[in-house]
Amino acid sequence: MSKAAVDLPPKGGFSFDLCKRNDMLAKKGLTGPSFRKTGTTIVGLIFQDGVILGADTRATEGPIVCDKNCEKIHYMAPNIYCCGAGTAADTEAVTDMVSSQLQLHRYHTGRESRVITALTLLKKHLFSYQGYVSAALVLGGVDCTGPHLHTIYPHGSTDTLPFATMGSGSLAAMAMFESKYKEGLSRDEGIQLVVEAICSGIFNDLGSGSNVDVCVITKGHKEYLRNHLLPNPRTYINEKGYSFPKKTEVLMTKITPLKERVEIIETGDAMEE
Amino acid sequence: MDCLNLNEPHSMGTTIIGVTYDGGVVLGADSRTSTGVYVANRASDKITQLTDNVYVCRSGSAADSQIVSDYVRYFLHQHTIQLGQPATVKVAANLVRLLAYNNKNMLQTGLIVGGWDKYEGGKIYGVPLGGTILEQPFAIGGSGSSYLYGFFDQAWKEGMTKEEAESLVVKAVSLAIARDGASGGVVRTVTINADGVTKNFYPGDTLPLWHEEIPAQNSLLDILSAPSPEPMSM
Repeated sequence: MSKAAVDLPPKGGFSFDLCKRNDMLAKKGLTGPSFRKTGTTIVGLIFQDGVILGADTRATEGPIVCDKNCEKIHYMAPNIYCCGAGTAADTEAVTDMVSSQLQLHRYHTGRESRVITALTLLKKHLFSYQGYVSAALVLGGVDCTGPHLHTIYPHGSTDTLPFATMGSGSLAAMAMFESKYKEGLSRDEGIQLVVEAICSGIFNDLGSGSNVDVCVITKGHKEYLRNHLLPNPRTYINEKGYSFPKKTEVLMTKITPLKERVEIIETGDAMEE
Repeated sequence: MDCLNLNEPHSMGTTIIGVTYDGGVVLGADSRTSTGVYVANRASDKITQLTDNVYVCRSGSAADSQIVSDYVRYFLHQHTIQLGQPATVKVAANLVRLLAYNNKNMLQTGLIVGGWDKYEGGKIYGVPLGGTILEQPFAIGGSGSSYLYGFFDQAWKEGMTKEEAESLVVKAVSLAIARDGASGGVVRTVTINADGVTKNFYPGDTLPLWHEEIPAQNSLLDILSAPSPEPMSM
Protein backbone atom coordinates (compact mmCIF):
# COMPACT_ATOMS: atom_id res chain seq x y z
CA MET A 1 0.00 0.00 0.00
CA SER A 2 2.33 2.76 1.20
CA LYS A 3 5.79 2.72 -0.47
CA ALA A 4 7.43 4.23 2.59
CA ALA A 5 6.52 1.19 4.78
CA VAL A 6 9.24 -1.27 5.75
CA ASP A 7 9.08 -4.55 3.87
CA LEU A 8 8.03 -7.14 6.45
CA PRO A 9 7.94 -10.84 5.60
CA PRO A 10 4.31 -11.85 4.87
CA LYS A 11 2.71 -13.13 8.10
CA GLY A 12 -0.20 -15.54 8.23
CA GLY A 13 -3.71 -14.50 9.24
CA PHE A 14 -6.34 -12.19 7.82
CA SER A 15 -5.18 -9.31 5.66
CA PHE A 16 -7.03 -6.16 6.70
CA ASP A 17 -5.74 -4.13 3.72
CA LEU A 18 -9.05 -3.93 1.93
CA CYS A 19 -11.26 -3.18 4.96
CA LYS A 20 -10.84 0.58 4.63
CA ARG A 21 -11.74 0.37 0.95
CA ASN A 22 -14.82 -1.74 1.72
CA ASP A 23 -15.94 0.75 4.35
CA MET A 24 -15.54 3.62 1.89
CA LEU A 25 -17.54 1.73 -0.76
CA ALA A 26 -20.26 0.84 1.76
CA LYS A 27 -20.64 4.50 2.68
CA LYS A 28 -21.07 5.27 -1.02
CA GLY A 29 -23.88 2.74 -1.18
CA LEU A 30 -22.28 -0.46 -2.56
CA THR A 31 -23.40 -3.48 -0.53
CA GLY A 32 -21.02 -6.45 -0.48
CA PRO A 33 -21.93 -10.05 -1.42
CA SER A 34 -23.94 -11.90 1.22
CA PHE A 35 -23.56 -15.49 2.38
CA ARG A 36 -26.42 -17.82 1.75
CA LYS A 37 -27.37 -20.42 4.28
CA THR A 38 -27.45 -23.96 3.00
CA GLY A 39 -30.83 -24.31 1.38
CA THR A 40 -32.97 -27.40 1.81
CA THR A 41 -36.49 -28.70 1.84
CA ILE A 42 -37.17 -31.31 4.52
CA VAL A 43 -40.61 -32.56 5.52
CA GLY A 44 -42.29 -35.11 7.73
CA LEU A 45 -45.83 -36.33 8.18
CA ILE A 46 -47.73 -38.79 10.33
CA PHE A 47 -49.89 -41.26 8.45
CA GLN A 48 -52.10 -44.16 9.47
CA ASP A 49 -49.36 -46.64 10.39
CA GLY A 50 -46.42 -44.40 11.26
CA VAL A 51 -44.22 -41.58 10.00
CA ILE A 52 -42.93 -40.59 6.54
CA LEU A 53 -39.89 -38.31 6.19
CA GLY A 54 -38.78 -36.63 2.96
CA ALA A 55 -35.86 -34.48 1.81
CA ASP A 56 -34.30 -33.02 -1.33
CA THR A 57 -30.65 -33.82 -2.15
CA ARG A 58 -28.91 -30.54 -2.97
CA ALA A 59 -25.99 -29.24 -0.88
CA THR A 60 -24.82 -25.69 -1.61
CA GLU A 61 -21.74 -23.62 -0.87
CA GLY A 62 -22.94 -20.07 -1.38
CA PRO A 63 -24.33 -19.96 -4.95
CA ILE A 64 -22.66 -23.19 -6.07
CA VAL A 65 -24.16 -26.66 -5.81
CA CYS A 66 -21.37 -28.67 -4.25
CA ASP A 67 -23.22 -32.00 -4.00
CA LYS A 68 -26.07 -32.90 -6.33
CA ASN A 69 -27.04 -36.04 -4.48
CA CYS A 70 -26.30 -35.76 -0.77
CA GLU A 71 -28.16 -37.64 1.99
CA LYS A 72 -30.14 -35.46 4.34
CA ILE A 73 -32.09 -38.19 6.12
CA HIS A 74 -29.84 -39.36 8.94
CA TYR A 75 -30.05 -42.57 10.93
CA MET A 76 -30.64 -42.12 14.66
CA ALA A 77 -31.90 -45.56 15.73
CA PRO A 78 -33.45 -48.56 13.94
CA ASN A 79 -36.87 -46.97 14.52
CA ILE A 80 -35.93 -43.26 14.40
CA TYR A 81 -34.66 -41.10 11.52
CA CYS A 82 -33.87 -37.39 11.42
CA CYS A 83 -33.82 -34.95 8.48
CA GLY A 84 -31.37 -32.05 8.83
CA ALA A 85 -31.35 -28.52 7.40
CA GLY A 86 -28.85 -25.73 8.02
CA THR A 87 -25.08 -26.09 8.10
CA ALA A 88 -24.33 -29.61 6.81
CA ALA A 89 -21.43 -30.15 9.23
CA ASP A 90 -23.62 -29.23 12.20
CA THR A 91 -26.50 -31.50 11.23
CA GLU A 92 -24.17 -34.46 10.55
CA ALA A 93 -22.22 -33.99 13.76
CA VAL A 94 -25.21 -33.51 16.03
CA THR A 95 -27.19 -36.44 14.59
CA ASP A 96 -24.14 -38.74 14.75
CA MET A 97 -23.48 -37.73 18.33
CA VAL A 98 -27.04 -38.31 19.50
CA SER A 99 -27.24 -41.56 17.51
CA SER A 100 -24.23 -42.90 19.48
CA GLN A 101 -25.70 -41.70 22.75
CA LEU A 102 -28.94 -43.51 21.90
CA GLN A 103 -27.02 -46.72 21.12
CA LEU A 104 -25.26 -46.57 24.49
CA HIS A 105 -28.60 -45.91 26.17
CA ARG A 106 -30.07 -48.96 24.41
CA TYR A 107 -27.26 -51.13 25.76
CA HIS A 108 -27.77 -49.66 29.20
CA THR A 109 -31.55 -50.14 29.35
CA GLY A 110 -32.03 -53.13 27.05
CA ARG A 111 -34.97 -51.42 25.35
CA GLU A 112 -35.86 -49.90 21.99
CA SER A 113 -35.09 -46.15 21.85
CA ARG A 114 -37.93 -43.68 22.18
CA VAL A 115 -38.33 -40.59 19.97
CA ILE A 116 -38.70 -38.33 23.02
CA THR A 117 -35.28 -39.45 24.23
CA ALA A 118 -33.67 -38.40 20.95
CA LEU A 119 -35.65 -35.16 21.13
CA THR A 120 -34.47 -34.28 24.64
CA LEU A 121 -30.82 -35.10 23.85
CA LEU A 122 -30.89 -32.93 20.72
CA LYS A 123 -32.77 -30.09 22.41
CA LYS A 124 -30.42 -29.94 25.40
CA HIS A 125 -27.36 -29.88 23.15
CA LEU A 126 -28.67 -27.20 20.79
CA PHE A 127 -29.93 -24.96 23.60
CA SER A 128 -26.60 -25.03 25.38
CA TYR A 129 -24.96 -23.68 22.18
CA GLN A 130 -27.52 -20.86 22.07
CA GLY A 131 -28.24 -21.22 18.35
CA TYR A 132 -24.62 -21.26 17.18
CA VAL A 133 -24.93 -24.91 16.14
CA SER A 134 -27.00 -24.17 13.09
CA ALA A 135 -29.05 -27.36 12.83
CA ALA A 136 -32.78 -27.32 12.11
CA LEU A 137 -34.12 -30.88 12.31
CA VAL A 138 -37.25 -32.87 11.58
CA LEU A 139 -37.19 -35.92 13.85
CA GLY A 140 -39.58 -38.80 13.27
CA GLY A 141 -39.98 -42.35 14.46
CA VAL A 142 -42.23 -45.05 15.84
CA ASP A 143 -41.69 -46.47 19.31
CA CYS A 144 -43.71 -48.38 21.91
CA THR A 145 -45.83 -45.27 22.60
CA GLY A 146 -46.76 -44.76 18.93
CA PRO A 147 -45.64 -42.62 15.97
CA HIS A 148 -44.05 -39.23 16.74
CA LEU A 149 -42.96 -36.27 14.66
CA HIS A 150 -41.03 -33.29 16.06
CA THR A 151 -39.27 -30.22 14.71
CA ILE A 152 -36.19 -28.87 16.46
CA TYR A 153 -34.89 -25.35 15.87
CA PRO A 154 -31.26 -24.19 16.22
CA HIS A 155 -32.02 -22.34 19.46
CA GLY A 156 -33.36 -25.47 21.09
CA SER A 157 -37.12 -25.02 20.91
CA THR A 158 -39.21 -27.97 19.74
CA ASP A 159 -42.70 -28.47 18.35
CA THR A 160 -44.75 -31.62 18.06
CA LEU A 161 -46.87 -31.67 14.94
CA PRO A 162 -48.78 -34.03 12.63
CA PHE A 163 -46.96 -32.56 9.61
CA ALA A 164 -43.88 -30.35 9.49
CA THR A 165 -41.49 -28.69 7.04
CA MET A 166 -38.10 -27.03 7.55
CA GLY A 167 -35.39 -25.37 5.49
CA SER A 168 -35.41 -22.61 2.87
CA GLY A 169 -38.06 -24.50 0.88
CA SER A 170 -40.29 -24.98 3.91
CA LEU A 171 -42.84 -22.40 2.79
CA ALA A 172 -43.33 -24.05 -0.59
CA ALA A 173 -43.63 -27.48 1.02
CA MET A 174 -45.93 -26.23 3.79
CA ALA A 175 -48.29 -24.80 1.15
CA MET A 176 -48.71 -28.34 -0.27
CA PHE A 177 -49.24 -29.87 3.16
CA GLU A 178 -51.72 -27.25 4.32
CA SER A 179 -53.90 -27.78 1.28
CA LYS A 180 -53.74 -31.58 1.00
CA TYR A 181 -52.97 -33.11 4.40
CA LYS A 182 -55.66 -35.03 6.25
CA GLU A 183 -55.55 -37.49 9.12
CA GLY A 184 -55.37 -41.21 8.45
CA LEU A 185 -53.56 -41.13 5.12
CA SER A 186 -52.59 -44.49 3.65
CA ARG A 187 -48.95 -45.33 2.92
CA ASP A 188 -49.20 -44.53 -0.80
CA GLU A 189 -51.16 -41.33 -0.26
CA GLY A 190 -48.62 -40.25 2.35
CA ILE A 191 -45.63 -40.91 0.10
CA GLN A 192 -47.40 -39.11 -2.75
CA LEU A 193 -48.00 -36.05 -0.60
CA VAL A 194 -44.43 -36.00 0.72
CA VAL A 195 -43.08 -36.26 -2.83
CA GLU A 196 -45.33 -33.39 -3.94
CA ALA A 197 -44.16 -31.22 -1.05
CA ILE A 198 -40.47 -31.87 -1.74
CA CYS A 199 -40.94 -31.31 -5.48
CA SER A 200 -42.64 -28.02 -4.68
CA GLY A 201 -39.49 -27.07 -2.76
CA ILE A 202 -37.16 -28.38 -5.46
CA PHE A 203 -38.80 -26.42 -8.28
CA ASN A 204 -39.69 -23.21 -6.44
CA ASP A 205 -36.78 -22.71 -4.05
CA LEU A 206 -33.29 -21.96 -5.34
CA GLY A 207 -31.63 -23.57 -2.33
CA SER A 208 -33.27 -26.97 -2.95
CA GLY A 209 -33.00 -29.25 -5.95
CA SER A 210 -32.06 -32.56 -7.56
CA ASN A 211 -33.77 -35.68 -6.24
CA VAL A 212 -36.31 -36.74 -3.61
CA ASP A 213 -35.38 -39.07 -0.73
CA VAL A 214 -38.17 -40.69 1.29
CA CYS A 215 -38.10 -42.72 4.49
CA VAL A 216 -41.15 -44.64 5.75
CA ILE A 217 -41.12 -45.79 9.38
CA THR A 218 -43.80 -48.08 10.81
CA LYS A 219 -44.01 -50.29 13.88
CA GLY A 220 -41.13 -52.71 13.67
CA HIS A 221 -40.21 -51.87 10.08
CA LYS A 222 -38.53 -49.08 8.13
CA GLU A 223 -37.97 -48.39 4.42
CA TYR A 224 -35.29 -45.97 3.33
CA LEU A 225 -36.18 -45.08 -0.28
CA ARG A 226 -33.01 -43.35 -1.43
CA ASN A 227 -33.63 -41.38 -4.64
CA HIS A 228 -37.28 -42.38 -4.70
CA LEU A 229 -37.86 -39.84 -7.47
CA LEU A 230 -35.38 -38.33 -9.93
CA PRO A 231 -37.18 -35.37 -11.49
CA ASN A 232 -33.96 -33.71 -12.70
CA PRO A 233 -32.22 -36.17 -15.00
CA ARG A 234 -29.21 -35.13 -17.02
CA THR A 235 -30.70 -34.77 -20.47
CA TYR A 236 -27.88 -33.48 -22.64
CA ILE A 237 -25.13 -36.00 -23.38
CA ASN A 238 -22.55 -35.11 -26.02
CA GLU A 239 -22.66 -37.80 -28.83
CA LYS A 240 -19.02 -37.28 -29.71
CA GLY A 241 -18.07 -38.45 -26.25
CA TYR A 242 -15.16 -37.11 -24.28
CA SER A 243 -11.50 -37.87 -24.96
CA PHE A 244 -9.00 -37.10 -22.28
CA PRO A 245 -5.21 -36.76 -22.90
CA LYS A 246 -3.18 -39.90 -22.21
CA LYS A 247 -1.80 -40.28 -18.74
CA THR A 248 1.87 -39.69 -17.88
CA GLU A 249 4.30 -41.78 -19.95
CA VAL A 250 6.58 -44.20 -18.05
CA LEU A 251 10.20 -43.84 -19.25
CA MET A 252 12.12 -46.09 -16.83
CA THR A 253 11.34 -48.32 -13.81
CA LYS A 254 13.90 -48.92 -11.03
CA ILE A 255 13.01 -50.43 -7.65
CA THR A 256 15.42 -49.99 -4.70
CA PRO A 257 14.46 -51.91 -1.55
CA LEU A 258 15.11 -49.70 1.49
CA LYS A 259 15.45 -52.44 4.10
CA GLU A 260 16.88 -55.88 3.78
CA ARG A 261 14.71 -58.80 4.65
CA VAL A 262 15.46 -59.93 8.19
CA GLU A 263 16.01 -63.69 8.59
CA ILE A 264 14.65 -65.18 11.84
CA ILE A 265 16.73 -68.06 13.17
CA GLU A 266 14.91 -70.35 15.59
CA THR A 267 16.94 -70.51 18.83
CA GLY A 268 16.79 -73.43 21.16
CA ASP A 269 15.20 -72.31 24.41
CA ALA A 270 11.85 -70.63 24.68
CA MET A 271 11.53 -67.43 26.75
CA GLU A 272 11.02 -67.83 30.45
CA GLU A 273 9.65 -65.48 33.02
CA MET B 1 -39.93 -5.49 3.13
CA ASP B 2 -37.03 -7.60 4.26
CA CYS B 3 -37.22 -11.16 2.94
CA LEU B 4 -38.12 -13.62 5.65
CA ASN B 5 -35.24 -14.96 7.64
CA LEU B 6 -36.08 -18.48 8.70
CA ASN B 7 -33.09 -18.59 11.03
CA GLU B 8 -34.45 -16.06 13.50
CA PRO B 9 -34.94 -17.50 16.94
CA HIS B 10 -38.42 -18.81 17.58
CA SER B 11 -40.49 -16.49 19.65
CA MET B 12 -44.01 -16.87 20.83
CA GLY B 13 -45.61 -13.50 20.14
CA THR B 14 -48.42 -14.65 22.34
CA THR B 15 -51.24 -13.74 24.54
CA ILE B 16 -51.30 -15.57 27.88
CA ILE B 17 -53.81 -15.12 30.69
CA GLY B 18 -54.33 -16.57 34.17
CA VAL B 19 -57.50 -15.84 36.16
CA THR B 20 -58.63 -17.00 39.61
CA TYR B 21 -62.26 -17.76 40.32
CA ASP B 22 -64.20 -19.04 43.29
CA GLY B 23 -62.68 -22.52 43.67
CA GLY B 24 -59.77 -22.60 41.23
CA VAL B 25 -57.98 -20.99 38.29
CA VAL B 26 -58.40 -20.78 34.53
CA LEU B 27 -55.30 -20.45 32.32
CA GLY B 28 -55.65 -19.40 28.68
CA ALA B 29 -53.37 -18.83 25.69
CA ASP B 30 -53.35 -18.46 21.90
CA SER B 31 -51.40 -20.94 19.75
CA ARG B 32 -49.07 -19.03 17.44
CA THR B 33 -45.26 -19.52 17.36
CA SER B 34 -43.49 -17.19 14.94
CA THR B 35 -40.00 -17.08 13.37
CA GLY B 36 -39.76 -13.47 12.28
CA VAL B 37 -42.89 -13.01 10.14
CA TYR B 38 -43.42 -16.71 9.34
CA VAL B 39 -45.75 -18.71 11.56
CA ALA B 40 -43.69 -21.77 12.43
CA ASN B 41 -46.43 -23.50 14.41
CA ARG B 42 -50.07 -22.41 14.21
CA ALA B 43 -51.29 -24.91 16.79
CA SER B 44 -48.75 -24.88 19.60
CA ASP B 45 -49.63 -25.63 23.20
CA LYS B 46 -48.28 -22.86 25.39
CA ILE B 47 -49.82 -24.14 28.61
CA THR B 48 -47.38 -26.72 29.95
CA GLN B 49 -47.81 -29.08 32.86
CA LEU B 50 -45.44 -28.77 35.81
CA THR B 51 -47.24 -31.14 38.19
CA ASP B 52 -50.72 -32.71 38.32
CA ASN B 53 -52.13 -29.56 39.88
CA VAL B 54 -49.84 -26.76 38.58
CA TYR B 55 -49.54 -25.52 35.00
CA VAL B 56 -47.51 -22.68 33.47
CA CYS B 57 -48.28 -20.39 30.51
CA ARG B 58 -45.16 -19.63 28.45
CA SER B 59 -44.35 -16.51 26.43
CA GLY B 60 -41.25 -14.92 24.89
CA SER B 61 -38.46 -17.08 23.49
CA ALA B 62 -39.79 -20.58 22.77
CA ALA B 63 -36.47 -22.29 23.54
CA ASP B 64 -35.91 -20.43 26.84
CA SER B 65 -39.43 -21.03 28.13
CA GLN B 66 -39.36 -24.74 27.20
CA ILE B 67 -36.04 -25.28 28.97
CA VAL B 68 -37.16 -23.37 32.10
CA SER B 69 -40.37 -25.39 32.36
CA ASP B 70 -38.43 -28.66 31.81
CA TYR B 71 -36.05 -27.82 34.68
CA VAL B 72 -38.88 -26.72 36.99
CA ARG B 73 -40.85 -29.91 36.23
CA TYR B 74 -37.79 -31.95 37.15
CA PHE B 75 -37.14 -30.03 40.40
CA LEU B 76 -40.83 -30.20 41.36
CA HIS B 77 -40.87 -33.95 40.78
CA GLN B 78 -37.95 -34.39 43.17
CA HIS B 79 -39.54 -31.99 45.65
CA THR B 80 -42.84 -33.93 45.57
CA ILE B 81 -41.01 -37.20 46.29
CA GLN B 82 -39.09 -35.63 49.18
CA LEU B 83 -42.13 -33.83 50.60
CA GLY B 84 -44.43 -36.85 50.32
CA GLN B 85 -47.40 -34.82 49.08
CA PRO B 86 -48.33 -32.67 46.03
CA ALA B 87 -46.29 -29.48 45.67
CA THR B 88 -47.99 -26.15 46.35
CA VAL B 89 -48.46 -23.52 43.64
CA LYS B 90 -46.30 -21.11 45.65
CA VAL B 91 -43.31 -23.49 45.58
CA ALA B 92 -43.71 -24.07 41.84
CA ALA B 93 -43.88 -20.34 41.17
CA ASN B 94 -40.84 -19.68 43.31
CA LEU B 95 -38.79 -22.32 41.50
CA VAL B 96 -39.70 -20.63 38.22
CA ARG B 97 -38.80 -17.27 39.71
CA LEU B 98 -35.38 -18.45 40.96
CA LEU B 99 -34.41 -19.74 37.51
CA ALA B 100 -35.73 -16.61 35.79
CA TYR B 101 -34.07 -14.19 38.23
CA ASN B 102 -30.68 -15.89 38.52
CA ASN B 103 -30.35 -16.20 34.74
CA LYS B 104 -31.95 -12.91 33.88
CA ASN B 105 -29.12 -11.90 31.52
CA MET B 106 -29.53 -14.97 29.37
CA LEU B 107 -33.26 -15.67 29.40
CA GLN B 108 -36.02 -13.84 27.62
CA THR B 109 -39.27 -15.39 28.80
CA GLY B 110 -42.36 -14.24 30.68
CA LEU B 111 -44.36 -16.91 32.51
CA ILE B 112 -47.65 -17.18 34.37
CA VAL B 113 -47.85 -20.00 36.92
CA GLY B 114 -51.29 -21.15 37.99
CA GLY B 115 -52.74 -24.07 39.92
CA TRP B 116 -54.69 -25.36 42.87
CA ASP B 117 -53.48 -26.79 46.16
CA LYS B 118 -55.35 -27.72 49.37
CA TYR B 119 -53.76 -24.99 51.52
CA GLU B 120 -54.37 -21.84 49.48
CA GLY B 121 -56.87 -22.98 46.85
CA GLY B 122 -56.56 -21.51 43.36
CA LYS B 123 -53.61 -19.12 42.92
CA ILE B 124 -52.01 -17.22 40.02
CA TYR B 125 -48.40 -15.99 40.10
CA GLY B 126 -46.91 -13.78 37.37
CA VAL B 127 -43.16 -14.12 36.64
CA PRO B 128 -42.36 -11.51 33.95
CA LEU B 129 -38.97 -10.71 32.32
CA GLY B 130 -36.37 -10.04 35.00
CA GLY B 131 -37.65 -12.62 37.46
CA THR B 132 -40.08 -10.71 39.71
CA ILE B 133 -42.73 -12.84 41.35
CA LEU B 134 -46.14 -11.29 41.91
CA GLU B 135 -49.21 -13.06 43.28
CA GLN B 136 -52.27 -11.62 41.55
CA PRO B 137 -55.99 -12.38 41.26
CA PHE B 138 -55.47 -12.33 37.50
CA ALA B 139 -52.35 -11.99 35.30
CA ILE B 140 -51.81 -11.25 31.61
CA GLY B 141 -48.64 -11.57 29.56
CA GLY B 142 -47.14 -11.69 26.08
CA SER B 143 -47.25 -9.16 23.26
CA GLY B 144 -51.05 -9.37 22.99
CA SER B 145 -51.56 -8.46 26.63
CA SER B 146 -50.99 -4.76 25.83
CA TYR B 147 -54.49 -4.72 24.34
CA LEU B 148 -56.10 -6.28 27.40
CA TYR B 149 -55.16 -4.07 30.36
CA GLY B 150 -58.16 -1.78 29.94
CA PHE B 151 -60.46 -4.72 29.17
CA PHE B 152 -59.56 -6.54 32.39
CA ASP B 153 -59.79 -3.41 34.54
CA GLN B 154 -63.40 -3.21 33.45
CA ALA B 155 -64.41 -6.84 33.08
CA TRP B 156 -62.73 -8.75 35.92
CA LYS B 157 -64.62 -9.12 39.16
CA GLU B 158 -64.09 -10.98 42.40
CA GLY B 159 -65.89 -14.29 43.01
CA MET B 160 -66.76 -15.38 39.46
CA THR B 161 -68.02 -18.87 38.72
CA LYS B 162 -66.00 -21.35 36.65
CA GLU B 163 -68.11 -20.74 33.52
CA GLU B 164 -67.83 -16.96 33.85
CA ALA B 165 -64.07 -17.15 34.32
CA GLU B 166 -63.58 -19.43 31.33
CA SER B 167 -65.72 -17.31 29.01
CA LEU B 168 -63.87 -14.19 30.20
CA VAL B 169 -60.54 -15.80 29.33
CA VAL B 170 -61.73 -16.95 25.88
CA LYS B 171 -63.19 -13.51 25.14
CA ALA B 172 -59.97 -11.79 26.21
CA VAL B 173 -57.66 -14.03 24.15
CA SER B 174 -59.86 -13.64 21.08
CA LEU B 175 -59.80 -9.84 21.47
CA ALA B 176 -56.02 -9.89 21.68
CA ILE B 177 -55.77 -12.21 18.64
CA ALA B 178 -57.91 -9.70 16.70
CA ARG B 179 -55.47 -6.86 17.35
CA ASP B 180 -52.03 -8.46 17.83
CA GLY B 181 -50.28 -9.82 14.74
CA ALA B 182 -48.06 -12.08 16.80
CA SER B 183 -51.03 -13.89 18.36
CA GLY B 184 -53.36 -16.17 16.49
CA GLY B 185 -54.57 -19.67 15.82
CA VAL B 186 -56.80 -21.36 18.39
CA VAL B 187 -57.56 -20.56 22.02
CA ARG B 188 -56.52 -23.20 24.56
CA THR B 189 -57.69 -23.12 28.18
CA VAL B 190 -56.82 -25.22 31.22
CA THR B 191 -59.10 -25.13 34.29
CA ILE B 192 -57.62 -26.36 37.58
CA ASN B 193 -59.62 -26.89 40.77
CA ALA B 194 -60.16 -29.38 43.60
CA ASP B 195 -61.75 -31.88 41.19
CA GLY B 196 -58.76 -31.92 38.85
CA VAL B 197 -57.74 -30.50 35.50
CA THR B 198 -59.94 -29.82 32.43
CA LYS B 199 -58.44 -28.83 29.10
CA ASN B 200 -60.46 -27.07 26.41
CA PHE B 201 -59.85 -26.02 22.87
CA TYR B 202 -61.67 -23.31 20.90
CA PRO B 203 -60.92 -23.26 17.14
CA GLY B 204 -61.02 -19.91 15.31
CA ASP B 205 -64.50 -20.31 13.87
CA THR B 206 -66.11 -20.77 17.32
CA LEU B 207 -64.74 -17.47 18.64
CA PRO B 208 -66.93 -14.35 18.73
CA LEU B 209 -66.45 -11.81 15.95
CA TRP B 210 -65.28 -8.31 16.83
CA HIS B 211 -65.30 -4.97 15.03
CA GLU B 212 -64.59 -5.33 11.28
CA GLU B 213 -63.99 -9.07 11.49
CA ILE B 214 -65.72 -11.13 8.81
CA PRO B 215 -67.13 -14.62 9.39
CA ALA B 216 -65.02 -17.63 8.38
CA GLN B 217 -65.76 -18.89 4.89
CA ASN B 218 -65.35 -22.31 3.37
CA SER B 219 -61.99 -22.84 1.79
CA LEU B 220 -61.85 -22.36 -1.99
CA LEU B 221 -60.55 -25.91 -2.21
CA ASP B 222 -63.89 -27.28 -1.03
CA ILE B 223 -65.73 -25.18 -3.59
CA LEU B 224 -63.38 -26.08 -6.44
CA SER B 225 -63.48 -29.78 -5.77
CA ALA B 226 -67.27 -29.81 -5.82
CA PRO B 227 -68.69 -31.26 -9.09
CA SER B 228 -69.14 -28.60 -11.77
CA PRO B 229 -72.76 -27.53 -12.38
CA GLU B 230 -74.82 -28.54 -15.43
CA PRO B 231 -74.05 -26.48 -18.53
CA MET B 232 -76.60 -23.76 -19.14
CA SER B 233 -79.06 -24.27 -21.96
CA MET B 234 -80.56 -21.48 -24.02
